[in-house]
Amino acid sequence: MAKIKYIEHNGKEHLVEVRNGLTVMEGAVQNDIPGIDADCGGSMSCATCHVYVKEDWYDKLPKKEMGEDDMLDQAYEPNSRSRLSCQIMVSDELDGLIVQMPEKQV
Amino acid sequence: MIETDVVIVGAGPTGLFCAHQLGIIGLKCEIVDNLDKIGGQCIELYPDKPIYDIPAVPECTGEELTNNLIKQIEPFNFNFHLNDRVQNLKKENESWIVKTTNGKEFRTPNIVIAGGVGSFEPRKFTTKNAEKFDGKSVLYSIKDKSIFKDKSVAIFGGGDSALDWAIELSNTSKVSLIHRRDEFRGAHASVKKIKELSDKNVINLFTKYSIKDVKGNGSLEEVEIKSEDGESKILKTDYVLGFFGLIMQLGPIAEWGLNLDKKVIPVNTENFETNKKGIFAIGDICTYPGKLKLILSGFHEGALAARGCFKYARPNEKYRFEFTTASNTIKDRLGVK
Repeated sequence: MAKIKYIEHNGKEHLVEVRNGLTVMEGAVQNDIPGIDADCGGSMSCATCHVYVKEDWYDKLPKKEMGEDDMLDQAYEPNSRSRLSCQIMVSDELDGLIVQMPEKQV
Repeated sequence: MIETDVVIVGAGPTGLFCAHQLGIIGLKCEIVDNLDKIGGQCIELYPDKPIYDIPAVPECTGEELTNNLIKQIEPFNFNFHLNDRVQNLKKENESWIVKTTNGKEFRTPNIVIAGGVGSFEPRKFTTKNAEKFDGKSVLYSIKDKSIFKDKSVAIFGGGDSALDWAIELSNTSKVSLIHRRDEFRGAHASVKKIKELSDKNVINLFTKYSIKDVKGNGSLEEVEIKSEDGESKILKTDYVLGFFGLIMQLGPIAEWGLNLDKKVIPVNTENFETNKKGIFAIGDICTYPGKLKLILSGFHEGALAARGCFKYARPNEKYRFEFTTASNTIKDRLGVK
C-alpha cells in the first residue's frame, strides 16, 4: 500500500491510498481522479496516462523499460521527469510518491 | 449519393461484428474509417499483442482477430471507405444524409458509431502560433514532396516517419531534424544514416530540443527551439513538419448533437440507440451502467444495435429471430449450403 498524491494541472491535489500491484494509472482511474485518460487501458500503446514525477521521486522509481520513452515521444509536452503512469507499479516503497498531470493528454 | 440501410463509423472489431450481424439479418451497410486499414485500435495500436479474453479463442493477436472478423463478413461484400471520415450529418425526412471529408454522401436511416475512443489523428504542435500556419507551412503528413525542393525544412520527431522523411528530403532540401532526446525510436539503419548525414553536415541535427515557437509575417520564416534548461535557438525555415504519432480524438462526432459524457456517448441497453433516433453507439465509445470496455461487450452491443437498425430500415416488416444453425435464409445470405 502506498499513499500517492496526484496533482492536477490546475493545482488541485488528490491524496489516495493505492494497493500494491496496481499501477499509478490504475490508482488514478479507480479513484476517479481527472487528468489521466489511459485510452489504451495500460498496454503502453497510447501515451495518454502521461505524468510528471516530482523531482526527488523520479530517480527512486524503477527505470523505464524498453518502449516507454518511445511512447513518451508521442505524449503531450514530455520533459525529463515524464513517465507513463501505467508503467509505474505500486509497492510499499512508493509511499509518498507525488505525480503531476500535464495540461492535457491529447 | 449512396443509399444504404446502415452507415457504420469505425472499422474496429465492434464495427466489423456489427456489420456481420447486419448481414445475417439481411441489411446492407457501408463502413467508414479514418485509418488507411481495417481493424481500428487492434491494428493501429497493438497488432502483435496477444488478447486472451475473446470467448472461445484462448489467445490471438489484434491482427489475427481482425483478419478473422474480415473473413467472417466476406460473404456480404460490404464496402469499406478507408482514409475517410464522417464529417457531418443532416436529417432529411426519415433519413440521415451523411457527408464524409472526401466528399462521399450516404442516405441512410441508421448510423452506428463504433468509433472506439475516437479517430486517429496526428498529434500537433502545442505552440499557439503553429495553428496559423497549419496545413500551409506547418504540416503533419506529406502528400506532395516536391513542394520542399530547394526549401529549408525543420522536422520534429524521433520515429520512423521523422527519420525517413529527414533522409529523403535531405536530397533536395536543407533539413534540420529536432528531437527531444538523444535516442531515436526509428529503425536502426535509419538512425545510423541520420548520424552519417549529420556528421557530413547534410542534416542539422538538434537533440534534446523541442519546439518553442514559429514566427513569420504572412508566411512562415523561422522556428524557435528550446532545450530542457531553457536555452533557445532560432532556425530559418520555410516548412515545419511534426511527426509525433497519432492520438485519438472524438472529432466531428462531438458536433452531432449527441449527449456526451466526457468522451463517451450514453446509450440505452435495449438497442444501444443514443438520444438521436437512428443513431446508435457501440463499443468503447458508448457508456451505460455497468459498461465494460471489452471487445466481447462490443460484439454483444453490435448484435443488439443491428436489430435496432432493422426497425428503421424495414419499417413495414417484422423482425424474426433466427439461429445461423437452423435458418436457410441465413445460410443463403452466407452463401453456404
